[in-house]
Amino acid sequence: MKELLDKIVLERLGHDPATWPLTQGVYLAAMLLVAVLLVTFGAVFAGIVSWWERRVAGRMQSRIGPNRVGPGGFLQWIADALKLILKEDLIPDESDKVLFRLAPYFVIVGFLLTFVVLPFGYHLSATNMNVGLFYVVSITALVVVGILISGWASNSKWALFGGIRAAAQVVSYEIPAGLVILVPIMMAGSLNMHDIIRAQGGNPWNWFMFQTPMGFAAFFVLFTSLLAEGNRTPFDLPEAESEIVAGYNTEYSGMRFAYFFLAEWGNLWVMSAILTTLFLGGWQVPFLDSRLRMWEAAGPGNVPAWFYLLSAGVFALKTLILVNVVIWIRWTFPRIRVDQMMSLCWKYLVPIAMGLVVLTAVNELVSFQIWGPKAQEPVGLSHPRGWIHFAWFAVGGLLPLVAFAMKTRRNIALTGDRVDLTNW
Amino acid sequence: MSLDQLTITRVGDRVEHADQGEMVLNMGPQHPSTHGVINFVVHADGEVMKRAIPQVGYLHRAIEKIGEIVTYNGFMPYTDRVDYLAAMFANEGYAIAVEKLMGLQVPPRAQYLRAISCELNRIASHLVSIGTMAMDIGAVTPFPYALRERESINDLIEALCGARLTYNYHRIGGVAFDMPDDWIPLCRKWLDHFDKTLDEWDRLISRNEIFVQRLAGLAVVPAAMAIDYGLVGPNLRASGVDFDLRRDHPYGAYADFKFEVPIGKGYAGARAGGKVGDSYDRFYCRVLECRESVRITRQACDKLPGGEFMAKVPKKIRPEAWSEAQSRIEAARGEMAYYVVSDGGERPYRVRARTGSYLAMGIIEDLSRGLMIADLVALIASLDVVAPEIDR
Repeated sequence: MKELLDKIVLERLGHDPATWPLTQGVYLAAMLLVAVLLVTFGAVFAGIVSWWERRVAGRMQSRIGPNRVGPGGFLQWIADALKLILKEDLIPDESDKVLFRLAPYFVIVGFLLTFVVLPFGYHLSATNMNVGLFYVVSITALVVVGILISGWASNSKWALFGGIRAAAQVVSYEIPAGLVILVPIMMAGSLNMHDIIRAQGGNPWNWFMFQTPMGFAAFFVLFTSLLAEGNRTPFDLPEAESEIVAGYNTEYSGMRFAYFFLAEWGNLWVMSAILTTLFLGGWQVPFLDSRLRMWEAAGPGNVPAWFYLLSAGVFALKTLILVNVVIWIRWTFPRIRVDQMMSLCWKYLVPIAMGLVVLTAVNELVSFQIWGPKAQEPVGLSHPRGWIHFAWFAVGGLLPLVAFAMKTRRNIALTGDRVDLTNW
Repeated sequence: MSLDQLTITRVGDRVEHADQGEMVLNMGPQHPSTHGVINFVVHADGEVMKRAIPQVGYLHRAIEKIGEIVTYNGFMPYTDRVDYLAAMFANEGYAIAVEKLMGLQVPPRAQYLRAISCELNRIASHLVSIGTMAMDIGAVTPFPYALRERESINDLIEALCGARLTYNYHRIGGVAFDMPDDWIPLCRKWLDHFDKTLDEWDRLISRNEIFVQRLAGLAVVPAAMAIDYGLVGPNLRASGVDFDLRRDHPYGAYADFKFEVPIGKGYAGARAGGKVGDSYDRFYCRVLECRESVRITRQACDKLPGGEFMAKVPKKIRPEAWSEAQSRIEAARGEMAYYVVSDGGERPYRVRARTGSYLAMGIIEDLSRGLMIADLVALIASLDVVAPEIDR
């Protein structure tokens, strides 16, 4: 970003960026533009995914879902947003009014700030922070502050239950999440989001998820922890509607209520993007690894524009697949109980995450002793490392896929279900 | 508001003081999962409940009193409202009581039609029960699956009697209408479909690990306790008490059918900590009862006799003065009893209904001690209480 802006100041405006006094202004304008873009992206994505989730849930539950507003009900989220903006912003008499008003902003800010470092494609991210992952882990903690404040400030027992549950849950699950991201960090040797992506390859057997069994297990530990941090089923205890009405947002209405849900649905993108970055190769395009390196070696400006778009498309595709998995889980699983949630975290996930970190460290050391430092580009089948990666990909990636397909086929055959999109 | 007001709970004549540090939580009467207008006063220490005191009466409509001011036949539509999820049983129980009072003989075809309609209604009622139970545990998807099947039952019953919820189908002396000519093939087709659906249901939710873990070993009711509290129906059988009026004291056409009576066996499995009489048993007994009801309906369709569907009933029903009769039937929520006294007039002197949900409410306070708030929801759902049946 900085290089790009410097180039614009130098070539288009004809000033030396180091000495021109208005360089700061250009920087600021560009940052504001990016901020508006990112906030819009987060909000629009949350809106669209709210429509999409209801449609998917409808299909899963043999009903239709919203299909009145716009084609396939697509504009439903705009109608909902409009309704929520126009609704009265009700503030309970007995609530702590300042904190009550403040809480949604903590949630929405904590969610939106993660977009500062999230990658969207090749060289596409607001900043290229060298501690990007660390930044994400710390900034998402703001969300739980907002939830806790909303639970307390509402002065409602249901909201208090929700807030306390959220605090217990999110704080607990940040520990296995924080531990297990050390696995890809050690494998890549960097905290920078783009560096972690570059350390993987475009092909699935070069993704961190399939490079080692530890990466495979770490993916699921992080996935579970992020589900819990995002309050998604089966960890939706803080807003369990059958137990504590609506949890921390029981007393909220109008736009403040919408902020909570904006953050929750937008968080689907954040968690999926983090998982994609750390374990699924990020924006790397399959079979173009060596081509990309050729372009880069030829000097700056040699990477074609279509590659930027293609990498963004690949990243979005992987992320959206994960988003759909999360939606699928939500509409399949029951909710776990508070004590089960705690024991899952402290008795299983934390020790497993710890073990994975140790095993990964040992593995990295041993392979360093045998084969020396890692090559710059992902290894192919010409190297023993590549063979190990590929073998594990076959076991951890292809076998579960085949088993899943066979089971799905059996289930469909047994009940005579059929795909019917006629009433879409 | 003073602290005292916050910590004292008055339920009827009872006064309960919450201990220091306990939170008094009013769950209901408007709460998503109290299954109707019921209130639970929960004394909680964090997530753990000290006690949950059920408070009933919000839906009391004096149905029994209404019975004293309408004619014998005129009370029949009111019985629908005793249990809106299983109206056939309330119809049948009242009809049998009045028939006993009059010494009426119900034609065999009417008895079979009663059995068929009741068993379909039992499946429909159990589907709502197990569906809402899954929903209370947080799984929303099984609920529409259950309701989809219930809609098919509603279609079948609508073809039979024109109504989908409050049927008013059983009448004193028989049933209101004979079945349409093409009804039996329709019913058979749906029964074949429903067998597969139950397998799908097991894969979808009954064997879901989280679901089993939530319910296994939760709120165990030993057989002796179940009998002491007067639990009836699936709640009683889930505790391992092998008692079913349809088999042990057959009424109507039930002596002609062969069926099993599912009892609780710790279906959740030892690994998950399942015990006889836990919430999972209560859930799974209902699933198994659906299978048995399918069997009974099939047999009734096979054996359906011809003839009249209504006995000869005098236009004005005036049973002998100061005679009384009682009926017991196995309703969806367990044994339902009707007690009717005649004073020789056109109206009953007294009508009394005894229902399963009211008895189940009584055990909740004892079971709730030490459970978590999330478990209370599962416990209420597993006992399958329905608010109008509690209060009438």
